[in-house]
Amino acid sequence: MTDMALLEVRDLKKHFPVKKGILSRTVGHVRAVDGVSFSLRQGETFGLVGESGCGKTTVGRSILRLIEPTAGQVVFNGQDLLALDVEELRQVRGSLQIIFQDPFSSLNPRMNVGKIIAEPVRNHLKEAKGQIRDRVAHLMESVGLHPDQMSRYPHEFSGGQRQRIGIARALALNPMAIVCDEPVSALDVSIQAQVINLLVELQEKMNLSYIFIAHDLSVVEHISDRVAVMYLGRIVEMATDKELYQNPQHPYTQALLSAVPIPDPEVGRQRILLEGDVPGPLKWPSGCTFHTRCPKRVEECSQKEPIFRDGGNDHWIACHLI
Amino acid sequence: MSEQSGPLLTIRGLRTRFHTYEGVVNAVDGLDIEVFRGETLGLVGESGCGKSVTALSILRLLPCPPAEIQGQILFDGTNLLDLDREGIRNIRGGDISMIFQEPMTSLNPVLTIGEQISETLRRHKDMTRREAWRRCVEMLQLVQIPGPKSRSREYPHKLSGGMRQRAMIAMALSCNPKLLLADEPTTALDVTIQAQIMTLMARLKEEFEASIVLITHDLGIIAEMASRVVVMYAGKMVEEAPVKELFKDPRHPYTQGLLGSIPVIGRKFDGGQRLQEIPGIVPNPLEMPLGCRFNPRCPRTMPICHQQEPPVVRLADHRRVSCWLEANKRDD
Repeated sequence: MTDMALLEVRDLKKHFPVKKGILSRTVGHVRAVDGVSFSLRQGETFGLVGESGCGKTTVGRSILRLIEPTAGQVVFNGQDLLALDVEELRQVRGSLQIIFQDPFSSLNPRMNVGKIIAEPVRNHLKEAKGQIRDRVAHLMESVGLHPDQMSRYPHEFSGGQRQRIGIARALALNPMAIVCDEPVSALDVSIQAQVINLLVELQEKMNLSYIFIAHDLSVVEHISDRVAVMYLGRIVEMATDKELYQNPQHPYTQALLSAVPIPDPEVGRQRILLEGDVPGPLKWPSGCTFHTRCPKRVEECSQKEPIFRDGGNDHWIACHLI
Repeated sequence: MSEQSGPLLTIRGLRTRFHTYEGVVNAVDGLDIEVFRGETLGLVGESGCGKSVTALSILRLLPCPPAEIQGQILFDGTNLLDLDREGIRNIRGGDISMIFQEPMTSLNPVLTIGEQISETLRRHKDMTRREAWRRCVEMLQLVQIPGPKSRSREYPHKLSGGMRQRAMIAMALSCNPKLLLADEPTTALDVTIQAQIMTLMARLKEEFEASIVLITHDLGIIAEMASRVVVMYAGKMVEEAPVKELFKDPRHPYTQGLLGSIPVIGRKFDGGQRLQEIPGIVPNPLEMPLGCRFNPRCPRTMPICHQQEPPVVRLADHRRVSCWLEANKRDD
């Protein structure tokens, strides 16, 4: 791992308009992502956690411009991706790939596995048929699939194997970075362990960088070097994984961590219970967006937005109390 | 665990199979379990191990055919499988009730929350409309739904996931059931909401003195909620143990693998980044392997594992393992 940032996200925003009535007038905006900044270093895994609706998936897709962000910058390898035209972007996508959550809907059911994995190669490189075939076979082996299964279709595989197909496809062009959007959350625990181990192995072998998006705090902790916690479209806390899990500062991170069930019946502990639910997307809270559920709120919280700043030790946090 | 008069629920030799066009699927294949008064029994396993089918078989919520349920399910002395339609309907939602995983699909979208809860009450408790409504508001208050009076007039889609699950719990508990079957009650929820629901369930269980069968794939939830655990694999029980013993001294290779494959916060700093994985996948239910069903994935197979099904070895009270390793230890 070097200190050089491979990917830098600066003040990324995505606001979805909400339309109503016969004239589809815009009546408001859902701020799915509202000013997110972080960087991904070469060879590192950056974890992005948060509950449903916090905007973590939107961040992942905005980085690749699968969703067009409203504002911000995504600098990858020195280029601002948001300023590129379609052809330039297509070139870049070879080295910046994505793995999706649902291995059932992210593979084309009418293409056999060989074609699915070969598609990025055929689109990006001019290689002869035989060469492509060898390459696909090699890719399949590297993710633990048997090359004999090349002519089979996605429905013939189990969930874990399909996720491996998705990984092979992402690896096809030797990418530098992969956005992993909940890659294991649809899988059973024993299969989840297989896929996590595979991702770790591939990272070591190919010096990959991952942005690992998930809601499962234990999985994120296990795989990440640095972690950011999101709440309602913003990062509330960001630090190295050890620092974040052992010394959480933001009240939301503290509550989130205390809510994770620990698989050890001997451990007793104090749980911080949050009141209520995440506010609806159109009811944007004033000031700190977490103040409606925060157990430690003070008056200031509902009035002023906290600034996201470095509290030392590369531990970033957005809270008035710290 | 109070055992005044034996177990509340005894399942003996439960076999639930489905007749499909491709063949017969034995979803649950010879299950023996007991549930005692006031306890929480955890039922763990991965998708397709038969844990949900077990719960559905208890309440006979499976359409027969294609399903076929055999064995004995003794609840308070009566075999639920012998009851006629009217008999089982008196049990459902009354003495035994169920909480489902997906609160959106298991609540009726065209009835208000209040109508759904009072329907149960009027069916089982012989209440008038007004009494039932009053009780329903009480129940919603008990599960901490804010503004229970107005909420009871709302339709399920207006409630958030956590609130819907609370409404489900209110409905399940409204008739003071003796047994609550909770099928992945928090799987669809976010962690902070999951923590709220788990705390609520633990509190209400004490208040209502009900027994719970908690079905989940999450070993973290089992560790926090259950007093006893039954681990299932491919339709069979592989191990039964009090919760502390299961985590401290798992005997079946499958349980060991399961415990090793979950990432635990903080563990990687002393254990490294490699998780212990269980190789391979769950067998196809139409082509179960010969002998022990776990043998294709087991790291410690012996020749006999491929030939004969392992016997259930009783190690102590509520401590059973179905594995040749233990059976052989016994013989030595």
